[in-house]
Amino acid sequence: MLKIENLHVRVAGKEILKGLSLEVKAGEVHAIMGPNGAGKSTLGNVLSGREGYEVVEGSVTYQGKNLLELEPEERAAEGVFLAFQYPVEIPGVNNTYFLRSALNAQKKYRGEPEVDSMQFLKLVREKLSVLHLKDELLHRAVNEGFSGGEKKRNEIFQLALLEPKLAILDETDSGLDIDALKAVADGVNLMRSPERAFLVITHYQRLLDYIKPDVVHVLADGRIVESGGPELALELEAHGYSWVKDRVAP
Amino acid sequence: MTALLESLQTAFAGSAQSRQALDEAVAIGLPGPRSEQWKYTSLRALSARHFAAPASTLATINADTRKTIAAIPAPRIVFVNGVFDPENSALTNLPAGLNIQSNNVKAPVEDSRFAAAHEIFAKLNTAIASKGLQIELSKATGDPIRLHAVFVSLNSGHDLAIAYRHNIVLGENAKLDLIEHHISQDAHQHLSNHLCDIALHDGAELTHARIQQDDAGASQFLRTEAALQTHATYRRLDLELGAHLSRHDLQISLLGDGANVHANGSLIASGRRHIDTRLDIRHIAKNTSCHLLWRGLANERGRAVFHGGILIEKGADGTTAHLSNKNLLLSDNAEIDTQPVLVIHADEVTASHGATVGRLDAGHLFYLRARGIPEAQAKAMLTNAFCKETLQVLANDELVGLVAPHLEKMLQSTEVQA
Repeated sequence: MLKIENLHVRVAGKEILKGLSLEVKAGEVHAIMGPNGAGKSTLGNVLSGREGYEVVEGSVTYQGKNLLELEPEERAAEGVFLAFQYPVEIPGVNNTYFLRSALNAQKKYRGEPEVDSMQFLKLVREKLSVLHLKDELLHRAVNEGFSGGEKKRNEIFQLALLEPKLAILDETDSGLDIDALKAVADGVNLMRSPERAFLVITHYQRLLDYIKPDVVHVLADGRIVESGGPELALELEAHGYSWVKDRVAP
Repeated sequence: MTALLESLQTAFAGSAQSRQALDEAVAIGLPGPRSEQWKYTSLRALSARHFAAPASTLATINADTRKTIAAIPAPRIVFVNGVFDPENSALTNLPAGLNIQSNNVKAPVEDSRFAAAHEIFAKLNTAIASKGLQIELSKATGDPIRLHAVFVSLNSGHDLAIAYRHNIVLGENAKLDLIEHHISQDAHQHLSNHLCDIALHDGAELTHARIQQDDAGASQFLRTEAALQTHATYRRLDLELGAHLSRHDLQISLLGDGANVHANGSLIASGRRHIDTRLDIRHIAKNTSCHLLWRGLANERGRAVFHGGILIEKGADGTTAHLSNKNLLLSDNAEIDTQPVLVIHADEVTASHGATVGRLDAGHLFYLRARGIPEAQAKAMLTNAFCKETLQVLANDELVGLVAPHLEKMLQSTEVQA
């Protein structure tokens, strides 16, 4: 589904990713772990098409297409979803209006029929109940006045509603208490399917207690330095990232 | 000496009093760039033009205009090119206590308030305006009474100088919702000059939405002076959506203890339009408050000018004053000038003011696009949200519903979205 080869990315003139390679197949959950400054968020941002990330070398192929050539909205409509580390508050833009615009824009891109407001409401109610979210959240402006936990749950709600093929969770666990963390993990687990892949970017092993990955990668100094099964996350938790840093060739 | 003033002198040589005021205006001349009040709004091009007096006979409005007017269901008073239009007005069966006239009978020609050179348009108004909105609501009613005032301008072959003098008086505890609507039937380059005096007596509440949608060739000058007595409340919304040049001087005096003003506005300066709003809020009595939220948008070669003046006089203790002015600059050729000014002479005051000029937030734009919303649509959504924030001042969903479509339609136009 996703193939990243020798990816080099510069941010503000500084090379952050230095030859990252990674392959994710449909149905798989990959965890990307690594210390601060390793390039974890850069990976999420470059895959979703945020401005300011300059790809100097390498390629990203998603379902046979060159992902890097697509605009952010085209990537979204092709099925790439980024759950933001810091979801922004957008005053004045109603959450329901935003979600319906997003869903219909994606459907339009794919040549599918758009949903009317009745169908949309039905769909939203269904997803809300699955995630145990209050529908009061829909009447507010996008993320405005949401707590940290509500913002992250709203990201997962969007994930459930938009049903992407590749979901990238960028430190979705950061700043969450244990209950919110479980709620987020439950939402993600409900979405796991043979057609859908997840890239779970996290600093701590904690989230992986609830979202069981198939593969764990360690990202350090802009490259994947170690890949393994779920046990790798436990080793990292026990030894810390300095253990990995020592293994990175100078 | 300017062509503009001389043409008015000729066109409006009616009563001896008018002549005298016009002669004085010609002697004073139009303010130039050295005038503090006119620094950002040049009258040079306008000063070279000639204007005629409007005909005293009523011009007929077309079906489209009638339809636009009818979209707001309420008792209505309509003026067309300065002339009262009884046929399109709806003034029968008015609620008790409400008195509406179209002739200015009370206001004097001589008005010492407008002696200063920078007040020249108000001075001209007192000399030439014979029509306008005269509203008196004497009685307290439970629910507010709604009124729709419409000013239609249309091409009549000449560039006209059209002056209106308005007087709005609300008695004790009287409540009025007023929608003031300026529309243009076709392309024209008239100069319209409004002077509006508002008196709100103790406990009166006025909710006042002004929708300015004049033609892109028109020039509009408006001076509003509102005086608020004890516990009076004035909610005001200005949607500046039209005209080539629109200047509004809004002076509100909080004369009685506990008087409140909530004044919001959206200044949409797209195309080649120049929108200039000057606030002059005066806290005079104790425990008065003002909440001012203004949003500006400039695109293409448009220019938005905002001056937010708040004066808290000695003795106006316990004042609350908040001003927020945010602006969106969407093109390199557009310009925004903003100047919040807060002067405090009293004690125990809570005051804040802030002004910003910027582009659409890149983080907001990316968030929408990352969910699949195309860039142009995402920009439109954010621009809409930004400009519509002011509507909340009406504090009434039904009123917002009547007013919002005019702002939305303007925001969808190509010159805003370009």
